[in-house]
Formats: sequence, structure tokens, C-alpha cells
Amino acid sequence: MTSSVLYDAPGPKARVRNRFYTAIGSLALVGLLVFVVYRLDVKGQLDPKVWNIFNNAGVRTMIRDGVLTTLKVFAVAGALSLLLGLLLAVARVSEHRPVRWFATVFIELFRAVPLLITIYALWVLFLSYKGDLGVIGENSAFWGLVIGLTVYNGCVQAEVFRAGINAVPRGQVEAAYALGLRKYQVMTTLLLPQAVRSMLPTMISQLVVTLKDTSLGYVITYTELLYATRQMAGNIIVDGENPYTAVTFVAGAIYVAMCLALSSLATWIERRGRRTKTGVAVAAAAEPAEQPAVLETVGDGDQTVQ
Amino acid sequence: MNVLLDHLADFREGFVGTVLLTLASGLLAMVLGVIIAGFRVSPVPPLRMFGTAWVTLFRNTPLTLLFLVAWFVVPVVFAPGLSPWMKALLALSFYTSAFVCEAVRSGINTVPMGQAEAARSLGMTFVQTLRLIVLPQATRTVVAPLSSIFIALTKNSAIAGAFSVTELFGWQKTMSDQGYAIAWIFLWVALGYLVITFSISGLFRLLERRLGVAR
Repeated sequence: MTSSVLYDAPGPKARVRNRFYTAIGSLALVGLLVFVVYRLDVKGQLDPKVWNIFNNAGVRTMIRDGVLTTLKVFAVAGALSLLLGLLLAVARVSEHRPVRWFATVFIELFRAVPLLITIYALWVLFLSYKGDLGVIGENSAFWGLVIGLTVYNGCVQAEVFRAGINAVPRGQVEAAYALGLRKYQVMTTLLLPQAVRSMLPTMISQLVVTLKDTSLGYVITYTELLYATRQMAGNIIVDGENPYTAVTFVAGAIYVAMCLALSSLATWIERRGRRTKTGVAVAAAAEPAEQPAVLETVGDGDQTVQ
Repeated sequence: MNVLLDHLADFREGFVGTVLLTLASGLLAMVLGVIIAGFRVSPVPPLRMFGTAWVTLFRNTPLTLLFLVAWFVVPVVFAPGLSPWMKALLALSFYTSAFVCEAVRSGINTVPMGQAEAARSLGMTFVQTLRLIVLPQATRTVVAPLSSIFIALTKNSAIAGAFSVTELFGWQKTMSDQGYAIAWIFLWVALGYLVITFSISGLFRLLERRLGVAR
């Protein structure tokens, strides 16, 4: 109780008061829970028949396929976005002005546009040039989703990389040049390894965002977890109704579990990085944020590699 | 080029829709977020638990899923007859409130310990300490993260367009269904969003300067 500075270690009176509030709060919480359960029950959503659909092998296969499809999109988009982020970050700190400007405009544009807009535009684009695009044309929803995710998250990852590059002490770069290292050697042996190491938790947090955003495939009717489960619920009828509620709960639980698993990986890496005392400090932002916290302070003080 | 001139009225409607939805859900998310942040730092365990559960749940759920819940679960189980706009408002503001809560909480943590200690030694209660001493000072550090949260909210509001709420993504969909070239549509919609996000970040920079205090 004394861990917070906002309130004292409670005295006898405060303890009674706190106990009173605790009771009230617990009652309110229990009340809320009971209300939710009651409403669900009244609407017949807790009927064993509704939940029995998850015993069906077909339903389970559908959910498994949905999860696998989501993971497939996530794996491809995650890997590509890291790659694109690396390229854009290196381009953005380049000493060649056109390269730097191109990277800056690309990053700022696609970071500012909603991901859904990009994905939808790509999907329509791929659909309309279906014949000419080969592999991409055959599976336009998948590639629209993957490339949209890659472009948006690549831009964010680029900024994260850049924050990591800027966090490397200037003296190291000067020392490397003084030793006669080349530009690409400085980048590959000095800046990037330290940037990746310090920004790993933030990068994984952004991957959590990528994982969450794969659900946008629902809008372009790509059969990832959300769309697959919705479609499945639309085909099942229990007591004259579609079991949308039950299926949505299950899909939600799966998403939360996947995101929490990935987040805890980020937290673990962050804690592990903090234990070793060498090198650049590991970024602390290991929580799923809309935008990595490291980017809020960066922006000025750009470092270009000469 | 023609797509904007031909459908300027629709575009304006969509633009205004995006702005209104962002403003309304931003306000509601602020209120909810501050309350939940208060819960999370309070001396009452059940409230703290509720706050933690709220944040964990909403930060780890995809927004699209929340929209599905708002569209297919909430009307059936809790409140039938909500308009699509209200449902979008609820989904967006509940989702965003979790991020606002975390921003406010980390802002509370940056207020120097002596401030809260002084308030306590003056005999202020928890609520007084929070309301009169800590939160006003936390505001300053919260402004920067809030700005990026609201920009994200603007972008997230596009999902509402997929659920037939009038806003910019809805315009993009309609136009592309009518066979206009997607590149131009994309450009105009992107421009619309750029205007909104730049105004938000400009507004918050102004706010930051007004609230900024040399320590």
C-alpha cells in the first residue's frame, strides 16, 4: 500500500474507509459481471447448445485455419516490414539528399494515412490489374493486406530504427571514421547492431500492432481469423439464430492471447537487456502503444551518416 | 482529378463525418481514460483491478473486433436500437480510452514525489491530491503522447467507414465502386486525413507551448 506517493499508509480510520470502498467497489464489479451474465442468459447466449458448436470438428478446423491464416499474414508482413523499415531508416539518415528526401516523404505520407485506406487502395489496384500481376493478382486480398501492413509498419519501424541509430553516441561514429572504417562498415558493424539491440522491445511492440492490424483483412473480405469466424457463424444456426456472440468472444480471446504472448516476449527481452550493463540502454517501451513512445521525443537532432 | 470535383459534396460530408467522429470519440475517450487512470492509482484494490483489466483487454484487442462486438453483440445482448454512429463512437472511445489511461498514468508518475507528499502533509485526501495537485501538473507531460493518440484515433476512425458510417473511407469505397481510378481517390482521401492529423498536431504543439513551464 505504501508504494504509491498519492496516499499514506492508511491509519485506522482510513483503513475502515478503504475497506468500505473496497466492499462498494467489489459489489459494483460483481454487479456489473452479474448484469452481463444475466443479459447474456436472458438472450439465450449461455445456452449449452450455443457453446456446443465448438465441439464440432469442422468448427474447430475453421478456427484453426483462421488462426493459421492470420499468423501467415503476420509472419510475412512482419518480416517484410522489418526489412522495409531497415532500408527506409538507412535511407533517411543517408548523406545523399534525394535519397533522404524520398525516404522522409514516403515515411511521413504512409504514416499519416490510415492503414485501412492503404490496404483498400492496394486491394482495388491489385484487383483491377489482376491479369498482369502474376502471383499478386491471383491472391489480391492477401497481397493487398500484406503489402499495406508492410508499408505502414515499415514506416513506423524505420522511425524506430532511426531513433536507435540516433541513440548511439556520436563519439563512436567519429572514432570509427578515425579508424578508417567505410560508411557501410560504420552502418553495418557499429550503428545497426546497437540500434537493433536497444530498440528490440519497441520493435516487438510494433509487431504486436501489426498482429492486431491483420484483422483489417476483414474489411477486404480476406479470410483471416475474424472473417473466417464471422463467415462460419453466419452458416451455423442454433435455435434459429446465428451464434455471433459466442464466436466473437472466442475470436477475441484468441487475439488477446496472441497479443499478450508477443508483448510478454518484448517485456522479457527488455528485462534481459537491462541486466547487461554494456552498450546503449535498451528502450523501455515494451507495451502495445498506438505509436512507439520513443518517437515522441525524437524528430529533431537528426544524425546523418557522412 | 474529376473524382473530387464530381463528388465534392459527398467528400465534404465524409470529411466532416471523420472530424465529428474523431472529436466525439476523442472527448469520450479522454473522460473514460482519466477516470480509469484514477482507478488504476487508487487505494481501492477492486478499482485497481478493474482498471488493469480494462487496459489489458482493450489494448490487446483489434479494433475491428471491437467494431464487430459493437455491431453484433451489443445490440443483441445489451442495447438494441443504437445508431451506427453511436456504435462506432462507443467502439472507438472504449479502445482509445485504454491508451489515454496509460498516457495519463505515466504522466502521473512523472510528477515529482514531493508534490504529492506536500499535498498529503497539508491534509488533502486522495481525490483532492489527484484533482488539485497531481493531475494539473501531469497534463503537461501528457500532452505529447495524447497528440499521437488522437492522431491514431483519427486514422482508426476509418474502420467506422467499413461499417457504413459516413466518413472518408466510406467515400473511398463508394467512389471505387463507381469505377473511378483508385490512385486519385487515394490521393484525395490521404489529403483529407493529412489535413486533420496536421491540425491535431499543430493544436497540441500550441497547447504544449501554452502549458509549458520552465523548471
